[in-house]
Amino acid sequence: MKSFQIKEQAPVFDVIIVGSGAGGGMAAHQLTKAGAKVCLLEAGGYFDPADPKYITQLKWSYESPRRGASTVRPFGDFDAAWGGWEIEGEPYTRKNGTKFDWFRSRMLGGRTNHWGRISLRFGPKDFKRRSIDGLGDDWPISYEDVAPYYDEVDKLIGVFGSKANLPNDPDSIYLPPPKPRLHELMIMEANKKTGVTTIPSRMSMLTKPINDERGSCFYCGQCGRACQAYADFSSSSVLVKPALKTGNLTLINNAMVREVLTDTSGLATGVSYVNKHTLEEVTVNGKIVILAASAGESARLLLNSKSSRFTGGLANSSGVVGKYLHDSTGASRSAFIPHLVDRKRYNEDGVGGMHVYSPWWLDNSKLDFPRGYHIEYGGGMGMPGYGFGSGMENVNGKYPGRDGVVKTGGGYGASLKDDYRFFYGANIGMAGRGEAVAREDNYCEIDPNVVDKWGIPVLRFHYKWSDYEVKQAKHMQDTFEEIIHALGGIASGSKPGADTDYGLAAPGRIIHEVGTVRMGNDPSKSALNKNSQAHDVKNLFVVDGGSFVSQADKNPTWTILALSMRASAYIMDQVKAKKL
Amino acid sequence: MKRRDILKNIGLGTAGVVVSGDLIGQTPVKKTEVKPIPDVAGGRLKEEIEHNNKLNAQRFFSAHELATVTILVDIIIPADKISGSASQAGVPAFIEFMAKDIPAQQTPLRGGLMWLDMESKKQFGQKFRSLTPANRLKLVDQIAYPSKAKPEMSQGVAFFNLMRNLTASGFFSSEMGIKDIGYAGNTPNQWDGVPKDVLAKYNLSYDEWSKHVNG
Ligand SMILES: Cc1cc2nc3c(=O)[nH]c(=O)nc-3n(C[C@H](O)[C@H](O)[C@H](O)COP(=O)(O)OP(=O)(O)OC[C@H]3O[C@@H](n4cnc5c(N)ncnc54)[C@H](O)[C@@H]3O)c2cc1C
Ligand code: SF4
Repeated sequence: MKSFQIKEQAPVFDVIIVGSGAGGGMAAHQLTKAGAKVCLLEAGGYFDPADPKYITQLKWSYESPRRGASTVRPFGDFDAAWGGWEIEGEPYTRKNGTKFDWFRSRMLGGRTNHWGRISLRFGPKDFKRRSIDGLGDDWPISYEDVAPYYDEVDKLIGVFGSKANLPNDPDSIYLPPPKPRLHELMIMEANKKTGVTTIPSRMSMLTKPINDERGSCFYCGQCGRACQAYADFSSSSVLVKPALKTGNLTLINNAMVREVLTDTSGLATGVSYVNKHTLEEVTVNGKIVILAASAGESARLLLNSKSSRFTGGLANSSGVVGKYLHDSTGASRSAFIPHLVDRKRYNEDGVGGMHVYSPWWLDNSKLDFPRGYHIEYGGGMGMPGYGFGSGMENVNGKYPGRDGVVKTGGGYGASLKDDYRFFYGANIGMAGRGEAVAREDNYCEIDPNVVDKWGIPVLRFHYKWSDYEVKQAKHMQDTFEEIIHALGGIASGSKPGADTDYGLAAPGRIIHEVGTVRMGNDPSKSALNKNSQAHDVKNLFVVDGGSFVSQADKNPTWTILALSMRASAYIMDQVKAKKL
Repeated sequence: MKRRDILKNIGLGTAGVVVSGDLIGQTPVKKTEVKPIPDVAGGRLKEEIEHNNKLNAQRFFSAHELATVTILVDIIIPADKISGSASQAGVPAFIEFMAKDIPAQQTPLRGGLMWLDMESKKQFGQKFRSLTPANRLKLVDQIAYPSKAKPEMSQGVAFFNLMRNLTASGFFSSEMGIKDIGYAGNTPNQWDGVPKDVLAKYNLSYDEWSKHVNG
């Protein structure tokens, strides 16, 4: 017992990490395992998919009053995302009538609780696009620099797939892939005719256990709700929880970081955040600051961290912070497959997502657009929820029913009721996800007039697709029709044409935004060096998608994870060498 | 109960919300203990629970409207050998909830019901609900088949399409409907591919796939 008062010294952490998604979770995991005292600040609340109070997995549609409709949560009432396209009190704006939609999750694990878990490595060409087509820029690193970290990520997290030996879609270290569902077998068969490469998908669910902490997949098809067996990858379940177990991690939830603090020598000293419950402003001190708040939020934090020394924002002497923002392209089409009517019923939930996909299979030098896309497939006898059976009037009047006769579309009564059974599971969907060319004039910046509810200036987006992306979407639509034709299917609706940019989704909609704090060798054209370290502030790092020079025709997260792991290794080396 | 007490009970008294007498008239309010809402429960965040509670405390359909909806959903999905009717599966309450959840559906629903009653009076001299079952079907037949409906019935067709869609969603996502449609999942299992008899029926196999997996 101390009989006199001592003034407690505020602790100085070895490392402060902002954001607990893919990038932040990985850094927290690696650095705490290496013995560093880490403070992880997360704007959202705590989340654990194995704790009953958070669980939505294995609930039935009727356990939601809206039967799973997306009125409250954008990906449905059971989806494990707290956040969405709009968050109350946290606006963002758009400039000059351009479009950008921004998806944010505010919770432990960020957007990795409900992401699609498509876990692809970038290929050798993806790091050197300028050398190939003269557009954009090369990365300052190559596939070989990242490959050892991809290997470690594969082993640490677990990913299923199959070795395909494709030139620009490198293989991972795989767990066994789940067998294709019926419609997926049909797609593989059809694509023998179209020439569209179709292979087992590559996703991070454990089809076999890899350690004692995590169970293996029991095929409920609901990874988007987050897995109570921890059999799917979420940063919260797989990275942050083990980091907490080391005893080296201080996790602070509901901490909305406002800015990075610096001293007169220009080094980062910590961050200041708003405690969302008490609305108090709190300072945390650390020797190293790592931003992993997502590409948009990390750019916002840097731009908001202004001082007399850093008038244009922190780590921004180049002026590139916020620029080169780019999202994947996306377009889709669905179809009715006549031979899939009147299906035998069985459980085909599988993993939460597709069991086969099509990596980019063509040569751009023979096409009128520069970069490729991959195709994701959907379909099957899923759990009926809100929207089930909609538009039957366009189906039962077009295709013969159980009695072999095409009736007048629509109707009511017992025969209509039977049509829903007859046509159940006969639709498939296809979505193209492609690479856009990163451009300086697609950017986010600080809106001079608008603040969020904590008084923090918000982002304003300026984004336009170019001809490259529109032509790519046109190619997607042509391909979808070829595949549907080869399947013996009938495409739904009319083919999206030039008036809609061929169905090209608005920028941001594919939720792969990257590039806002890009890396490079030239400090006048990039914010970070090849180790994800700020050129201007040596104890400041960015380990989310912000560092990307170009997004590939792949989903970004496996690369965010590998680069965060790589940056963490570099930090440990530098600390050992007393350079940090 | 006095009006002041009603306001206090539904928590609107101090919020400065204008409550129309009509709404209060339709809202049976029970005296309930105010339980604190936890930050998260049952997979729902506090603000989501509050939002759902708020929607549940409101009434959208009048008794007459709800009775008409109940008749319509059972015309659309009646009981048969396999399962019960839409109303037995709770579809009217589901549509009531969705009208509040997606306010854009309110006018099409309320207006559509009015349209139906107007048309019914025009043709049969009575509101739809009061018609004989045979006459109800005579009217429904004019709006249930988009491709052969008369042009002057187009608003009725749009309304009936909406009702058909909501009824199908509500029925097949209910416990009864999920059983009816034969959805076999939402339960732990070992997925080992398409059953053999199904593969045979479609003349498919895993040979090609095995090549991918085994190199
Ligand atoms: C529906 C959906 C499907 C997807 N599917 C795939 C897929 O199949 N494959 C793939 O590779 N990618 C996919 N993605 C993208 C993937 O989720 C992201 O690439 C990934 O989560 C990005 O990781 P991150 O660490 O950069 O950011 P996030 O995961 O977004 O995490 C950022 C965290 O930082 C916190 N934060 C933000 N600002 C602050 C602040 N100021 N202070 C404190 N904390 C802050 C946030 O609350 C959040 O928790 C998908 C995304 C969505 C939404
Ligand atoms: S499909 Fe498998 S990994 Fe995904 S949530 Fe279900 S059990 Fe978990």
